[in-house]
Amino acid sequence: MTFLTIAASATQEAGSAAFPPFDPWHFPSQIFWLVILFGGLYIVLSRFVLPKLGGVIEKRGDTIADSLDEAARLDEQAKEAKKQQELHLAEARSKARETADKARAKVEAEIAEETQKVDADLATRLDEAEGRIRKVRAEALANVDSIATETTQVMLARFGVEISDADAKSAVQRVNKD
Amino acid sequence: MNLSFRQVADPMHQFEVKKLIEIGPIGGLDLSFTNASFYMLLGCVLIVAFFGMAASRGKLVPSRMQSVAEIGYGFVADMVRGAAGEEGLKFFPFVFTLFFFVFFANMIGMVPYAFTTTSHVIVTGVLAMLVISIVIVYGFMKNGLKFFKLFAPAGAPWPIYILLVPIEVISFIARPVTLALRLFANMLAGHIMLKLFAGFAVTLATLGGAYIVIAPLAFAMGVALNALEFLVAGLQAYVFAILTCVYLNDALHPAH
Repeated sequence: MTFLTIAASATQEAGSAAFPPFDPWHFPSQIFWLVILFGGLYIVLSRFVLPKLGGVIEKRGDTIADSLDEAARLDEQAKEAKKQQELHLAEARSKARETADKARAKVEAEIAEETQKVDADLATRLDEAEGRIRKVRAEALANVDSIATETTQVMLARFGVEISDADAKSAVQRVNKD
Repeated sequence: MNLSFRQVADPMHQFEVKKLIEIGPIGGLDLSFTNASFYMLLGCVLIVAFFGMAASRGKLVPSRMQSVAEIGYGFVADMVRGAAGEEGLKFFPFVFTLFFFVFFANMIGMVPYAFTTTSHVIVTGVLAMLVISIVIVYGFMKNGLKFFKLFAPAGAPWPIYILLVPIEVISFIARPVTLALRLFANMLAGHIMLKLFAGFAVTLATLGGAYIVIAPLAFAMGVALNALEFLVAGLQAYVFAILTCVYLNDALHPAH
């Protein structure tokens, strides 16, 4: 207090132009209002404002973390679904190939069977025809001999020579052998 | 050429404390509500309005205002965590209040004709004493006599302590003084410089003649100083708060 009064009187002696920050008359008022206002500000901020502000920030952090987790989960799900789908696709593809192969094999078998049947049919008909041709040829050949014999007899008869059927036949056969 | 000091607007005028509402004397003390008290109150109201609005809206996707308030919150929280560790966060509301109290006071002071609360050593002194008191009280409460380890850092050979302990004690005692004077002197000197150069520009311009050529230079200097003072206003608030955190760290962990 003595310091304050000495300082105050000193400034009064020096006139009105005291250095204001060191002018002690306002020190009590300054301290009083600083304590009240700073204290009040501290109470309002620490009790009401800061917990709420911190809560908002924390809540945002939680929300972001939750959303990220959810996104990761959904991503995992999507990957799983994709894998499943690919599996299904591969299965379907192999099934389709199998079906196609089976169908092709069946058709090929049918074609082979049909071909065989037709081939067999043709062969029998060919055999039959050949048999017929052989028979006709044999008959024709047989006829040639009898015609030759008859022709020989008729020609010799023109010359006035009688010849028996057996002689004529043997003669023709002798000629045929050469 | 009669350019006297009185012709330049008095650079001390801006620091004068005037009574707005006379209160007291109560118990011999004059507790009047002054212009200094008014600007202090204005700072507090602005802080509560700004952060209170941001907190009460509390939107998940913040508006610009809320975003700035949250950046302020995060800034101070990181500062406390960085200097005093996770334990230091119990002092977060105090450091937050201190930082923005000083910051708003400094910034309000940058408005022309406004009063700069922090340009008075009594204000910065009380704040500094408050910080040191908390450090000492909490330091002894938490650590007991182990708090004295603060003055004897471990790991030095014993003869060194004869020199080291007094140095540490003196540096500890100097803390509140430097803390208070740094902020006070920066704000006071800065505002005097601003006023001087602004007043100088006006005086030179009104003198006429060749002085008019120099006046813009003084004005340009004033503009540059203004930018510098904005930097100082922010920086000194930051320095005050970060040193508070460093001192609180000593109370939390005295054995360096």
